[in-house]
Amino acid sequence: MATATFRIWRGEGEQSAYVDYPCEVEEGMVVLDAVHRIQATQANDMAVRWNCKAGKCGSCSAEINGMPKLMCMTRLNSLDLSKPVTIEPMKAFPHIKDLVTDVSWNYEVKKQIPPFHLRPPGADGTWRAYQKDVDRPQEFRKCIECFLCQDVCHVLRDHHMHEKFIGPRLLIHVAQMEMNPLDDGNRLEALKDEYNIGYCNITKCCTKVCPEGIHITDNAIIPLKERVVDEFYDPLHKLFKIFK
Amino acid sequence: MSTIDVPLKALKSPPPPQRPFGRTERPDLWWVQPLLVFLGLGAFVVYSTWAAFQGDFYRFGPYLSPMYSPVLLTTRPGWWPAFLPFSAALLILWAPGGFRVTCYYYRGAYYKAFWADPATCAVGEPRKSYWGERKWPLLLQNSHRYFLYLALLFLVLLAHDAWNSMWFMVNGVKQFQIHLGTIIMIVDPILLGGYTLGCHSLRHLVGGRRDVKGGARKKTYDCVTCLNGVHMRWAWFSLFWVMFTDIYVRLGAMGIWTHDWRLF
Repeated sequence: MATATFRIWRGEGEQSAYVDYPCEVEEGMVVLDAVHRIQATQANDMAVRWNCKAGKCGSCSAEINGMPKLMCMTRLNSLDLSKPVTIEPMKAFPHIKDLVTDVSWNYEVKKQIPPFHLRPPGADGTWRAYQKDVDRPQEFRKCIECFLCQDVCHVLRDHHMHEKFIGPRLLIHVAQMEMNPLDDGNRLEALKDEYNIGYCNITKCCTKVCPEGIHITDNAIIPLKERVVDEFYDPLHKLFKIFK
Repeated sequence: MSTIDVPLKALKSPPPPQRPFGRTERPDLWWVQPLLVFLGLGAFVVYSTWAAFQGDFYRFGPYLSPMYSPVLLTTRPGWWPAFLPFSAALLILWAPGGFRVTCYYYRGAYYKAFWADPATCAVGEPRKSYWGERKWPLLLQNSHRYFLYLALLFLVLLAHDAWNSMWFMVNGVKQFQIHLGTIIMIVDPILLGGYTLGCHSLRHLVGGRRDVKGGARKKTYDCVTCLNGVHMRWAWFSLFWVMFTDIYVRLGAMGIWTHDWRLF
């Protein structure tokens, strides 16, 4: 059985620091398995959030070798075990203890976004929608709210603009409603002035780290930016609307 | 209509402070990609600026350099500023240039490579302040769709140039021939077509703006989406092919390259 070193961020507040843990590893293990083994054998008080171990609950988000990832979906054979594997908590949110961060900001902001608003029924009294039209918003429903995209977004991570920018996760939440054929809510003004979609400078980092493979930038953020352009920055579009 | 009447809440406590520039725990060669983008885009900007100011050697037989097409004027007009050297390329290059500068792919690429905003994902940034694309002059990035309209026009013009590149003057008579240069001239609008027709703004205009899409609209939207999925590759291939085509025409016009082989 081989041994690998895991350099884990331990502690609370300013008392936090990296601690190296040697750990026996076996074929088929993921990072979360190693963390659990360390917790069971060497660090019983280590705080780590996890639940499904199947990449569907979004609980075990962390930064593995500097990149936001789910610990349960990162196989050890994808990492260079000849060097210490760094495991840190997410950087875009307040640190609580060890690998656990307070992600409640995301839920609080989500509550402030106007919910789905059902349009009036069609002439036949029903709300029919075709699958081909529903496919687009359904991609965004795959989101497991792991908040890795929020963590890697430099607007939140480096510039801490949580008061001004809602981040990629919540932008796809808005896109999911905006692009739903049964929704008639209009969130474009809020996207421009409240959620400040203009802060996104299309680095595509959110798309890169999404464990569900959602095309956050290409399918949600850029189409929303284009809708904002329609509404506020395109004089020709305004002209067409007048004559329509 | 929904309205927002509650400002976004701040965090209950602050997240960790911003890391210094270049600081990361990533052990991979994260700096390679932004460096390659910097070198690639930098090389194109330097070459295209030099080529645009040459004002000569842009025609070689039936070939016309894409950096000079369409040729609107061949002589310096009276209104041309005295301090600026005249070149036919300067009259038209702003349009395809503007299309690329405001392109969603290139924006993300040059913000990272030239402005380190961020240099790449999960790496510390050099600046504390950040405006994004909300303020002047980056607000102008929203004009991308207008440059798209021009780029579509240029696509037709370059396809016409490709057609012209098949007709060679032989003893005063136009004759259909295919040379190496013809192939280069044909590949140019094909690559530019892949890039332009996969544009995010075009995707929005042909159907993305609607939540309900009918048959033809949905098919068009799906086609643009298909090209859009590899927009980055089209962007790079077409960029370098434009440069390569100009080099080929220029070397031929200067008499340095004389092997424009006839294929049939």
